[in-house]
Amino acid sequence: MAGAAPRRVRTVVPDPRPPLARAGADSLLTRVVLTTLACGFLGLFVALPIVSVFTEALRGGIHAYVEAIMQPDSIAALKLTLLTAAVSVPLNVVFGIAAAWLIARYHFPGKNLLTTLIDLPFSVSPVISGLVFVLLLGARGLLGPWLEAHDIHIIFAVPGIILATTFITFPFVAREVLPVMQEVGTDEEEAALTLGASGWQILFRVTLPKIRWGVLYGVVLCNARAMGEFGAVSVVSGHIRGLTNTLPLHVEILYNEYNMVGAFAVASILTLLALLTLAAKKIVEARQAAEPHGTIR
Amino acid sequence: MAVAADAVAPAGATARRGRRFGILPGFGLSLGYTIAYLSLIVLIPLCGLVVKSASLSWAQFAAAVASPRALAAYRLTFTAALVAGLANAVFGIIVAWVLVRYKFPGRAVFDALVDLPFALPTAVAGIALTALYADNGWIGQLLARFDIHIAYSPAGVSLAMLFVGLPFVVRTVEPILLDLDPQLEEAAATLGASRRQTMWRVILPVLLPPALTGFALSFARGLGEYGSIVFISGNMPMRTEIVPLLIVTKLEQYDYAGATAIALVMLLASFGLLLLINALQAAMTRKGKR
Repeated sequence: MAGAAPRRVRTVVPDPRPPLARAGADSLLTRVVLTTLACGFLGLFVALPIVSVFTEALRGGIHAYVEAIMQPDSIAALKLTLLTAAVSVPLNVVFGIAAAWLIARYHFPGKNLLTTLIDLPFSVSPVISGLVFVLLLGARGLLGPWLEAHDIHIIFAVPGIILATTFITFPFVAREVLPVMQEVGTDEEEAALTLGASGWQILFRVTLPKIRWGVLYGVVLCNARAMGEFGAVSVVSGHIRGLTNTLPLHVEILYNEYNMVGAFAVASILTLLALLTLAAKKIVEARQAAEPHGTIR
Repeated sequence: MAVAADAVAPAGATARRGRRFGILPGFGLSLGYTIAYLSLIVLIPLCGLVVKSASLSWAQFAAAVASPRALAAYRLTFTAALVAGLANAVFGIIVAWVLVRYKFPGRAVFDALVDLPFALPTAVAGIALTALYADNGWIGQLLARFDIHIAYSPAGVSLAMLFVGLPFVVRTVEPILLDLDPQLEEAAATLGASRRQTMWRVILPVLLPPALTGFALSFARGLGEYGSIVFISGNMPMRTEIVPLLIVTKLEQYDYAGATAIALVMLLASFGLLLLINALQAAMTRKGKR
């Protein structure tokens, strides 16, 4: 699969809509037909599924809904999902900033190759992402015997879930921060340098404050994916209830047990998370658009 | 830092020419960290797959890759992804056009809806689509009257791929449409082109390259998709079993060799697509600069 939105997405946001081409404005009929088609398409394939998650979840009444969510297994799955995101997101944030700094600030051979390699996890099927870790670290994997001898359990345990999630969400922060870092330019950093600032001082006092919305944007997207990942985590988790079950995997277990209210109740938490992500994304986009880039205030 | 000490000299182009990499400190650290982390998380695990598949004999490899069940899975996965990609390309252009050019109540909501498939966990999408399009679901009921069944059939696979790939075309076409100079359309109109001619001869040719990129992204995403499809497809071998599911099945049967061989085929297919997408995007950027 080839990952998240193309890089140019955010350029859409400032909304500098050109005035309708006066000479070529569409007729009312065309407008109505096209708008109906577009909204119908989005309504049928995106809005309706969201609505159905909540109606199915509340089918047994609010009491059954709360009960399904408060099940110990659901709570354990929620905790594991939060833990996974709490580890893998910061790892990828540090990497994203380091990689963006490297690519945006220096000229060196192999830069394009490096940029392509960073995007690699986007083009790998989630199932294959899980598989590579099973092949490497599983009981029959390349390092399996060694890990077993030292009593280290990664596959079918929590570290494997975190590792697979980190792989899946690897490019998110880097690819959001990189264009912002390129856009703000190096003038202020070079000025700081001539004033005697050290590398870390430049990073924390000059660069990070300028790219913070880009970083936050990456964090939002990275977090959503980390909490929602299914395929890769499913392969490495072993599906042990209460132990290696994340929220998306718990949805599957409940669904396969024909516990529809339970499955959709847990799914509704994830749906709320997705809606929150979208809201956060819009807010960050607005703030970012308001931020004067590359100018000294 | 060593670089910082002698970089007090005037910054900018002259300094850059003198040094190989740029004047800011931290090149060594950021290079080392980036390469180490990239290798640890991505490159070494992926190499493990290649090493593992190198240990298979040709006969083993061929038996896994070309078994009738695998062939049926490739056919289904590629066809369904193609259908979903094409549908997304057509509707993606329409949605992008409407969102950029028209003002209507609720536009912001529909704009946000476009991004939802990126944010919604695939398992949730899977059960929601199944609930809607199964024979007892809201939409499935209506379609069942005409003997159309989407859930638990190849059409369901396409539907799930359509959902997960939906944002790609819209979001690649949108910026190009925003950049499109209205004067082009005005010029076409003053030269006597009808609105339809302007649409087909002036606007669509500009939108085709980004739509093609979006199609390729959506297609690639469909090929690898797993989470949403396993719920809606019914997972019947030879009929509605997709390639990623076949890999998981082999893995669950401890057939690591078979899983690896099929994974390698899919990996090569998606890398091929990645190269194609990069080439397309590079071509678009070049065209944009001209």
